[in-house]
Amino acid sequence: MPVADLLLEVRRLFKRFGGVVATDRLDLAVREGGMHALIGPNGAGKTTLIAQICGEVAPDSGQILFAGRDITKLPGHARVALGLGRSFQITRIFRGLTVRDNIALAVQARSGSSMRFWRPVSAERALTHESDAVLAGLGMDASAGVAAGSLPHADQRRLEVALALACRPRLLLLDEPLAGMGAEDAQAMIGLIAQLKQRTTILMVEHDMDAVFRLADVISVLVGGAVIASGAPQAIRDDSEVKRAYLGEEEAA
Amino acid sequence: MALSRSRTALALVLAATIAFPFLAEAAGGGYYVGLMTRVMIYALAATSLNLVLGYGGMISFGHAAFFGAGAYAVAILAQEGVTSVWVAWPMAIAAGAALALVIGAISLRTRGLYFIMITLAFAQMLYYFFVSLKAYGGEDGINLVVRSRLPGLDLRDETTFYLLVLALLAGCLYLLGRLAASRFGAVLRGIRENEARMTALGYPTYRYRLACFTIAGGAAGLAGALIVNQHGFVSPGLLDWTQSGTLLIMLILGGVGWLYGGVAGAAAMLLLEEVLSLWTGYWKLGLGLVLLFVVLRAPGGVGSWFARGNARG
Repeated sequence: MPVADLLLEVRRLFKRFGGVVATDRLDLAVREGGMHALIGPNGAGKTTLIAQICGEVAPDSGQILFAGRDITKLPGHARVALGLGRSFQITRIFRGLTVRDNIALAVQARSGSSMRFWRPVSAERALTHESDAVLAGLGMDASAGVAAGSLPHADQRRLEVALALACRPRLLLLDEPLAGMGAEDAQAMIGLIAQLKQRTTILMVEHDMDAVFRLADVISVLVGGAVIASGAPQAIRDDSEVKRAYLGEEEAA
Repeated sequence: MALSRSRTALALVLAATIAFPFLAEAAGGGYYVGLMTRVMIYALAATSLNLVLGYGGMISFGHAAFFGAGAYAVAILAQEGVTSVWVAWPMAIAAGAALALVIGAISLRTRGLYFIMITLAFAQMLYYFFVSLKAYGGEDGINLVVRSRLPGLDLRDETTFYLLVLALLAGCLYLLGRLAASRFGAVLRGIRENEARMTALGYPTYRYRLACFTIAGGAAGLAGALIVNQHGFVSPGLLDWTQSGTLLIMLILGGVGWLYGGVAGAAAMLLLEEVLSLWTGYWKLGLGLVLLFVVLRAPGGVGSWFARGNARG
């Protein structure tokens, strides 16, 4: 595989919490374009891995490279500036702000310094226009003036993804985007993600196997803090080790 | 429109406050000019705390440190022969801001209860520093040998000083209003709502919180410069933790996060003290009851009664 189209590379990443090894010399390579899904049973270390990629948790050893650059020691906000956007498993939106102002904060983050104290932010038409464009692109323009906290749950999840998207990331990290959604809303979200993966590279953690096998171009299976298999969906489905370690319990059910 | 009505109300309040000292002097109530000056100075101090607490979402329990540092800066400079407003007051602002920068840089690495405790600890350290500073009065404090001098104005005149304090308070409130509506204000609002998300959007949140804390420290330093001129005296008592508590109570009373919360709170508390202490030495009991009432019945503070929340945010 030519190194040039590797967008995210995790090398021999290791993290221990007391006696528990959460990440065990983990290797992962995410190529530019398409969707890479990360699956694994509860406690496999998915959350800790995401936290290390985003800079919330520092690894004990190993390296994380983004677009060829070592970002292992970079603080979280600087990784975002390089193009690493994320959505959270637990919705983290600005509940007291309108949907438009939510997105405007994301747009503002990548449009120059915010150490500006004088000019009213409401006078910056460019921010409003771009926020509205982002919302229109997601079909959320009707609720632009609504307080984010009063949106229905499914729309809050959409806003969660929209916030990450408004950062114009080169790599979009989706942490369980379908969490807590009903079947109908999940279908709508899957449709949205299918659109997004045409535009940007996505690394998604998700428990919904149906969604994963429909959306992913590459799947990596995480068990016991290490990647035990990585490949195309069909290859993963047929992998005997994966079946034994993970999928077996679901198919038996 | 609601906007123009609130503007009219603001203009009326401003006109009344400007007219007040002249009316009071004419009616022989010169004492009240000094009282109102004190109210405005505390209003400025409480407003600077409002920037930290109401806008920045940081519960600082050491705000008296910056207030006191500003006061000491002016008193010490005066003792060394520097009495010009143009030198002493900027130095007071710089002292408050520099102290806030250092204390904030360390404290802002902690959260919640730890942040409250560490800001309190720093303020107490400064309190004991001035207690042991024998060259400048130690425990007894020092007198301001002479009020700061401003060419063209006689600050020893109570009405002149009152008007200057009023101008500074109004100016600071205007600046706070600008700041709240600016990009910086939007970032503070975002951090208050959801800091993890702000980081995920690419904001170095620590830097913004520290900037907020430092600006507020500078404003508190200015309030300190004014209070030492008003009292003609400063002692470590001004930095005591009870002073930080007083500023917090004022703000809660007035309305945390409301632009005029500090003003409303300082006015309510000091005037209440004035009225209640005419009747009884136990005026703090009455204050306690009022505070209880406000917290239970109007959690938004006095301001929420006439601001109805729409001025917030």
